[in-house]
Amino acid sequence: MSKWVINENLCKGCGICISRCPLKILAFADHLTAKGVHPAAITDEAKCTSCAICARSCPDVAIEIFKEEK
Amino acid sequence: MKQVFSRPQSLSKKPFHYCPGCDHGVVHRLIAEVIDELEIKDRTIGVAPVGCSVFAYDYFDVDFNQAPHGRAPAVATGIKRVRPESIVFTYQGDGDLAAIGTAEIIHSANRGENITVVFINNAIYGMTGGQMAPTTLIGMKTQTSPYGRDASTAGNPIRMSEMIATLESPVYVTRVTVNNPANLMKTKKALYNAFKLQKEGKGFSFVEVVSICPTNWGKKPADSHKWLTENMLPVFKLGTFKDIHGVEKS
Ligand SMILES: Cc1ncc(C[n+]2csc(CCOP(=O)(O)OP(=O)(O)O)c2C)c(N)n1
Ligand code: SF4
Ligand code: SF4
Ligand code: SF4
Ligand SMILES: [Mg+2]
Repeated sequence: MSKWVINENLCKGCGICISRCPLKILAFADHLTAKGVHPAAITDEAKCTSCAICARSCPDVAIEIFKEEK
Repeated sequence: MKQVFSRPQSLSKKPFHYCPGCDHGVVHRLIAEVIDELEIKDRTIGVAPVGCSVFAYDYFDVDFNQAPHGRAPAVATGIKRVRPESIVFTYQGDGDLAAIGTAEIIHSANRGENITVVFINNAIYGMTGGQMAPTTLIGMKTQTSPYGRDASTAGNPIRMSEMIATLESPVYVTRVTVNNPANLMKTKKALYNAFKLQKEGKGFSFVEVVSICPTNWGKKPADSHKWLTENMLPVFKLGTFKDIHGVEKS
């Protein structure tokens, strides 16, 4: 199961999550969504700390974050 | 795996119609999180403005009303007085609150109505295509100030928080922004404080959120937050202007 889950139907490709991820592991995907935008995508999920900065910054509540339980 | 971030209960499932990157969405979500955390969803009533956030009633899963341009605090006054057990908030832009609704906001604040006002100051009339607002910065180009706002004919940007803080009755008046993750969390805390004060029956609370309008500013969302930081924050200084119950320290 993923730590970083996006609902591409909600993403408007604004890029705010990409600019705010402290680890710089978010980027625009190559494909287009039905809205005609390149959605945000995670490039290296293993590095993700589940800090949720991206999700909290998303104006469209498109991202959900999960954390591994110890 | 444990879910650490999800859509708050008090937001409906409906996708926002706002432009890409617009701060309205973030502030909606923060309000919904606060309603969830204070466990007031069943008795919260919002009042939507006229402006881009006119459809706020579709986005919150709480009762909602919609007021004519600028009249939200008057409508909220009526709702709160007949349903004093409810938690009533208005959500208003700067054209709505600081231009056409100046009388309503000042007198609701002065009467100390036990309501919460969330004021989205993006220095422009967003919905109608980017006209000058009373909050537009000096020199800022808009559809109705194509050479930049000139103080000699259009006056200076109105600082609503400072004005409202001069009144006796309001209990909490603060200005915040969501230009970065740290300030975003401060905005959530301010909204929490404002709704908590109302829940405790303390009186009028006012949260101004200095916000972006990428579309009418003609900038990308990330550049808009930078522009806000460099140009709006020197004029609209962040901070708490009034906190008579010391809610920020409790
Ligand atoms: C009485 C009245 N006058 C004018 C309008 C036109 N109008 C609709 S939205 C708006 C400006 C809204 O700007 P603001 O409150 O700053 O909200 P934003 O869209 O920027 O969030 C105006 C003037 C109206 N609907 N009703
Ligand atoms: S949760 Fe944190 S580390 Fe992971 S993608 Fe989002 S911002 Fe980056
Ligand atoms: S912040 Fe949200 S809407 Fe913007 S690109 Fe990221 S996921 Fe998409
Ligand atoms: S016009 Fe401006 S305030 Fe309105 S939704 Fe678009 S970016 Fe947001
Ligand atoms: Mg506005």
